[in-house]
Amino acid sequence: MTEGETGGVWTFSEQRNGKIHPVSYELLGKGREIADELGTDLSTVLLTPDGSETEELIHRGADRVYLSESPAFGEPDEDLFKKNLLSLLEEKEPEIFLIGATNFGRSLAPRIAAALKTGLTADCTGLEIDDEGRFVQIRPAFTGNVLAHIHTSTRPQMSTVRYREFEEAERDPENSGEIVRVPPETKDGGRVDILRVSEEEEISLEDEEVIVSGGRGLKDPKDFELLEGLATPLEGEIGASRPLVDDGWIDRGYQVGYSGRRVKPKIYIACGISGASQHLAGMKDSENIVAINSDPSAPIFGVSDYGIVGDLYQVVPELTELLEERCGSNEG
Amino acid sequence: MTEIIVPVKQVPDIEKVKFDRGEGRIDRSSAESEPNPFDLNALEEAVVLKERVGGRITALSMGPPQAESTLQKTLARGADRAILLTDRSFAAADTLATSVTLATAIKKIGDFDLIICGEKTVDGDTGQIGPEIAQLLDIPHVAYVSEVLERNDSSLEVSSDVWGKSYIKRLNFPGLITVTKDVNEPRLPKLKDMLEAREAEIERWGFEDLSSLVEKDRIGYEGSPTSVDEIEVAPEAERKGEIIRGDPSKAAAELVEKLEKDGILEEVKT
Repeated sequence: MTEGETGGVWTFSEQRNGKIHPVSYELLGKGREIADELGTDLSTVLLTPDGSETEELIHRGADRVYLSESPAFGEPDEDLFKKNLLSLLEEKEPEIFLIGATNFGRSLAPRIAAALKTGLTADCTGLEIDDEGRFVQIRPAFTGNVLAHIHTSTRPQMSTVRYREFEEAERDPENSGEIVRVPPETKDGGRVDILRVSEEEEISLEDEEVIVSGGRGLKDPKDFELLEGLATPLEGEIGASRPLVDDGWIDRGYQVGYSGRRVKPKIYIACGISGASQHLAGMKDSENIVAINSDPSAPIFGVSDYGIVGDLYQVVPELTELLEERCGSNEG
Repeated sequence: MTEIIVPVKQVPDIEKVKFDRGEGRIDRSSAESEPNPFDLNALEEAVVLKERVGGRITALSMGPPQAESTLQKTLARGADRAILLTDRSFAAADTLATSVTLATAIKKIGDFDLIICGEKTVDGDTGQIGPEIAQLLDIPHVAYVSEVLERNDSSLEVSSDVWGKSYIKRLNFPGLITVTKDVNEPRLPKLKDMLEAREAEIERWGFEDLSSLVEKDRIGYEGSPTSVDEIEVAPEAERKGEIIRGDPSKAAAELVEKLEKDGILEEVKT
């Protein structure tokens, strides 16, 4: 029997090569709220090749960290992570278990839920305790037009939680908690071999604070350079609507929309994007939306904070120049 | 011979389907049904594997009797066999109960080498069915496969997009992969195959066909631990809605001025 309590609220602390992913701190922020409302404690599980960041999870509000260290956790091996998590979950029987809805989390969580024969709610954007003390999971459905409120009758109640939906838990070095060391289990061989990893980082639009996206209003694939010019002084990244991706103008990793990335940057600049519901589903939660479109009736203006009715080929260079001056002088 | 299984869901055309904000639900009569687009990438990958190493493809769907048309389309695109799981007792299933039903049907189909799923469906949007089926069948899975690098009759070498990178993994059969839209470009079916498939008989299995392999309380509504209590129309964010017209250079200047005044540029240039 491992030390530590049974029940409670649990989160999965996702790490990549030992570095804790920020969604883990967001889960701790939300998990802390839920645990406090339920009058229970907050535990997190960290399976890592390098436990040097473990204390940080306690500073971010965990009462307890179940820490398992093994070089094998340096690779995204769902089978291995599942096996290690299952042993703990079966023994400790948490009430609630939250996992970040990263690709890895979305791949791992269903295996665990199926093994425990419990319910799993995907991609939650809200988690609450209702008046009767029940755990309510809220997720967008049908391209974000509605929010479904879901409850789970089995335990643990499992949710994957969208990245950048909740605030990171604030850091307080005074927070105290315990670290429970758990011996790692090794995996059954012969099923999946991880051969190598590409050196190139995948672009991660979800992490960007500024995104300048292009749509059908662009006339040529090379015109993304124009958008890059605008993104550069703002230290942003470019994006695209689906038609341009489908036509092979730009890699699918840049696609913003329901079937692409869902982003919520501080500033989203839509250039020549009409605003089909497919696209809006991927960016309508951005903090500030700027639209540049020559068609004054384009639906994108309906969700924008600032709209310029005009030709992007004229407006974007002007805007770039002004921002280069503005942001350049800001640094000096 | 490689036995390949492709689970397929019939979904409304999400680009066209109308949403009734008053009722808080989609109006399913407003758009045609079609195979889930991601599942077509899964099927295409199955066809490529069959062409390279030989094999047989079984398309499997759970849904109402009308989902037959979706399975006919899979036959036109290269599936050799199509099975529709249709029964009132399968209905109102969440992802777990759906996965249990599909996994049970796969057990009944018998030996298989590879299951290929789309990364998610456009209507449910969970991406959970693939990994859940893999767990229920106790086989390994690799998710978010964006490229298949090598194929043979006992394993695949694939590129999986996780942890912000591409991990190259070898999956030894039997196993399951979920594929993204990057994995291939589904070929359009030939007219002759489409016409032929339209006449094809689709096998139908109900609960009776699976009853020796699964308890009734693990499928359908009863087997679903999650339930929707309430649907609310998503609140729309308040937007300033300021529209600037006129000369491009003046409009650009006005925009920058507004962004500065509202403190937005400062937020991003800290």
